[in-house]
Amino acid sequence: MSMGEELPKYFEIPIAGTILEPGNTVKIPTGEWRAFRPIIDKEKCVRCLLCWAYCPDGAIIIVDQPYKTASGREYKFSVEIDYYHCKGCGICAQECPVKAIQMVEEVK
Amino acid sequence: MTEVKWKRLPLNSNYAVAYAVKDCDVDVVAAYPITPQTTVVEKISEFIANGELDAEMIHVESEHSALSAVVGAAAVGARVFTATASQGLELMHEILHIASGLRLPVVMTIAARALSAPISIWCDYGDVMNTRDTSWITLIASSAQEVYDTVIQAFKIAEDPRVLLPVMVAYDGYLMSHTYEPVYVAEDPTPIREFVPKNPKSRIVLDPEKPVTMGPIARPEWYYEIKYQQVEAMKRAYDVVKEVDAEFGKRFGRSYGVIETYKLEDADVAVLTYGGIFGTLREAIDAMRSSGLKVGGIRLRLFRPFPYREIVDAVKHLKLLIVADRAISYGARIAGPVAMEIMSVLYRESEKPEVMSVAVGIGQRTVTEQDFVELVKLGLKFLEEKRVPNETIYWGVRGVTYG
Amino acid sequence: MPRTEIRWHGRGGQGAVTAAIIVAQAAIFEGKYAQAYPEFGAERRGAPVCAYSRVSDEPIYTRAPITKPDVVVVLDPTLSKDIYMKGLKSGGLLLINTKKSVDEVKKMVGRDDIKVATVDATSIALQTLGAPIVNTAMVGALVKVLPIVKLESVEKAISENFSGRIAEANIQAVRKAYESVVW
Repeated sequence: MSMGEELPKYFEIPIAGTILEPGNTVKIPTGEWRAFRPIIDKEKCVRCLLCWAYCPDGAIIIVDQPYKTASGREYKFSVEIDYYHCKGCGICAQECPVKAIQMVEEVK
Repeated sequence: MTEVKWKRLPLNSNYAVAYAVKDCDVDVVAAYPITPQTTVVEKISEFIANGELDAEMIHVESEHSALSAVVGAAAVGARVFTATASQGLELMHEILHIASGLRLPVVMTIAARALSAPISIWCDYGDVMNTRDTSWITLIASSAQEVYDTVIQAFKIAEDPRVLLPVMVAYDGYLMSHTYEPVYVAEDPTPIREFVPKNPKSRIVLDPEKPVTMGPIARPEWYYEIKYQQVEAMKRAYDVVKEVDAEFGKRFGRSYGVIETYKLEDADVAVLTYGGIFGTLREAIDAMRSSGLKVGGIRLRLFRPFPYREIVDAVKHLKLLIVADRAISYGARIAGPVAMEIMSVLYRESEKPEVMSVAVGIGQRTVTEQDFVELVKLGLKFLEEKRVPNETIYWGVRGVTYG
Repeated sequence: MPRTEIRWHGRGGQGAVTAAIIVAQAAIFEGKYAQAYPEFGAERRGAPVCAYSRVSDEPIYTRAPITKPDVVVVLDPTLSKDIYMKGLKSGGLLLINTKKSVDEVKKMVGRDDIKVATVDATSIALQTLGAPIVNTAMVGALVKVLPIVKLESVEKAISENFSGRIAEANIQAVRKAYESVVW
């Protein structure tokens, strides 16, 4: 019946369980839930940002890093995955119009 | 403090509610019309239309939405009000728990009405008693004056930082909602507004400048503690209800207590009931007293939190307590919701009366002075023969006789 | 003044409920205690309806319906006497809207232990309001026969319930009935 002795007592919890600290979910390492890892192929990626728009967890990061492809195409920024939060749902890979994202099994 | 000046108006209890809402300067009202509550909201609309009350009236498509709308408004710090009855209260049921669980000081009035099916638009307390476990503070008034006073008190109780729970003020549908009687209302609302000052900063509200999350999911290791906060809040509310009533009395000269007693001190037998029919009981007691019977009366004004201390003290000297309930808990042996409560409170007391549970006024079956006289007679007969029934007496139902 | 219990009988649309309320309002304006309430139900135009008033110098606590009235006021003479005569106290008052004489009414109801008063409220209402809404005329007649409240208080109550021309016409109806009621 007794649970978690280290957790706060009833009078230490804000009224009605209200969360007073906004945006605290960033602290939760949801990346640990991942079974498949998305890998972005920077050569194929056309920087359309559809993955960024579709990601339910905001785990697509736009990095201020210019990139030049082998064929000579130049981009002013790159797209990366926030693996601390990415749950590996695969929506980005599904939506990518140029199939630049591969889902690879996690090896732990 | 501004001195209060009263005007004596002929009002029914629905209008008394509307005057109290106006005098408390409510910010947001949302309600859906249902007999016999309808004229509460009509009158408030009139006050808003003629500029006597500066409030937002949200028109909604159901009672579920009405309570949801005021829950949202209360969450951003508004003073809110809604009113309903019967099936409307049933449709709100889900949100009743949300309002109390979010600890929002919503005030609502109920013109108590029997539940369908079969359809009844008339009074009983089946609707109010069904909300027993929703963690709403529940007050039951017995006159239009008390309705006005109690709605004012309700805002002060609900918004008290020690409480922060919704408050329901109930009174008899029709028998009070539609009965005109003299009511003193404030000529100028200033003294009332001083009595219930607005202070939304005293609680956590939704504010874009200072974001919070209300109503998050609570996993098994959190839920219990958060609900226990409500248990504690109800305990504190017990004192706050009395404190606010006493302060109201000191300021305005009228107070009611959590129970009201009538000619109880030397009584051997007493009848306990709630709502408007307590007045009928009073007159029955006068009649019985004049024929030499030592009868008294008790009125339950506060149902949640249950005023067990006052009840125990009031009844311990009695030989018999007749609890006249206006609702039925189907399938219970003692089926009167208040009788049940009282018997559980008395269980551990050494000094206690016999308790007789009676259902009266179901679906507004007429209750007269004579009914109370006959009930007392029957109770005394049972007491003398040492056979006070262990189950509820369904008073006046055709096809069943007691004796 | 001891408590006076009045039962009003009419048909939906004649204003029996409003009449009961006006009497209570008038009494409350005078500082008296009063209560008024309709017999609650699904009101329909033309259906028999009933309303109650209690007036007293002392607070009124009971909320039981009036079964033994001191006064019965009948707004519509076509109602069955079995309904409206029920429980009328010996020595009580029957005030009825009719063109019949007091003696004729006494004979019709078969009671000689009560006071009967008559007023042709329908004609008064048609004259003053242009419609057979007889409630305010009946209130005017009542306070003449049984001065439980003052005529001015009734007029004040009417001004609270109606406005402008309608209030004026109703006050005319009250005064005419006050003058012409016989008993």
